[in-house]
Amino acid sequence: MPVHLPDSVAAAVALLAQEPSATVLAGGTDLMVEVNDGHRRPSASVVAVNRIAELRSWHHDPTTSTLTIGSAVSYREMLEGPLAAMVPSLAQAARTVGSPQIRNAGTLGGNLGTCSPAGDALPVLSALEGVVEVASAAGRRTLAVSDFMVGVKRTALQPGEMIVSVTVPVVDGWQAYAKVGVRNAMVIAVASACVVLDRGHQRVAVALGSVGPTVLRCPDAEQQLSDAIDWSTLDVAPGELERFGELVSAASRPITDHRSSADYRRHAVGVLAKRLVRRATSGEVAA
Amino acid sequence: MNRDADHYVLHVNGVEREVTDSWLGESLLDVLRDRLGLVGTKGACEQGECGSCSVMVDDVLVCSCLVMAATAVDQPIVTIEGIAPAGVPSDVQTAFVEAGAVQCGFCTPGLIVAVHDLLERVAAPSDTEIREELAGNVCRCTGYGRIVDAVQHVALQRRSAGS
Repeated sequence: MPVHLPDSVAAAVALLAQEPSATVLAGGTDLMVEVNDGHRRPSASVVAVNRIAELRSWHHDPTTSTLTIGSAVSYREMLEGPLAAMVPSLAQAARTVGSPQIRNAGTLGGNLGTCSPAGDALPVLSALEGVVEVASAAGRRTLAVSDFMVGVKRTALQPGEMIVSVTVPVVDGWQAYAKVGVRNAMVIAVASACVVLDRGHQRVAVALGSVGPTVLRCPDAEQQLSDAIDWSTLDVAPGELERFGELVSAASRPITDHRSSADYRRHAVGVLAKRLVRRATSGEVAA
Repeated sequence: MNRDADHYVLHVNGVEREVTDSWLGESLLDVLRDRLGLVGTKGACEQGECGSCSVMVDDVLVCSCLVMAATAVDQPIVTIEGIAPAGVPSDVQTAFVEAGAVQCGFCTPGLIVAVHDLLERVAAPSDTEIREELAGNVCRCTGYGRIVDAVQHVALQRRSAGS
């Protein structure tokens, strides 16, 4: 039972074609927890993808104003520098992940592949309507993030496929992410939200985490706010902001579990979304 | 590059160490402690929450419990044993002792590795930065105040020495 360390996507998908049940390993921050707990033993070989240069890189295309981020780019790389400047909400989400040790190891592709309802990058990718590129020995295909995420820890990945990258637009406007948890670090979101105010297209996007089986969008709240907001200043009248929060809460489908109650999550996610919209004009940033 | 999961070589603290009879999926933490006898690295939560197993792999601070050991071949690994060669404590270790930042000592090796990494990247961290950077290293004794003091002491010492 070998451990493979391929140095190209082509080599990796050839291995997966030979052995579709092989375990794909990126940062290890999800997989190794299950292995250490005894919940999972790699039964076939392991294909470790974090030495593949294509997956560890990112690319900005100014002509389409898009950013393509390789699946093995770590949270650490997303939370500062050019990536943070182009996708600030992703940087904010990355900063809330685990600890420095976890952010050094964990990857964007791993967050997608695990597809936890609480995955911190996922509301951002959903609100930005990201496109996932996946590869297999048969070739590559792309699909919308919303189609990729199928359910609780379930994705549209087929046997023999691996995640290559995610492409998101570089938005003209305001975007932010926040989550609620029991402490500032090392916390799995009890509720999370990403708000994107796309000034160029005069479009609002709101995506929620930890309040449904997978990330949820809020079409009613998005429509209401895009009508109510002043697109030149991003100001929103207080009554309209209240209504927005109610519509966000109404779009959530939370459950009660060991981390929180459904009622609290429904309330908190509305408060979070309102807070993020207020930050667009208040200049307030996360501490 | 394919490796047998049960027989490989790791580069630990500048020394090539042969690993035999490892099982597929075995963590670097278990390999360091149980197969290579490097028990300075501690294991507690085994889910990346406590930081007591912190080591450097390829110059990056990670939880060794979350690293599949066989994937760390051909990368330099530095453990607490490699922080203070020849038995002389590092400036961070000395500062921890002098500041009273060590009580039961279980979290100390992981913290020392994390603080060395922090001070390599940030020469003059604020108390808030120190707390955020060390948020993945749990200490149940000190309340962290003296740990922050020790980090600030070393940061100042290094800046004075460098100026």
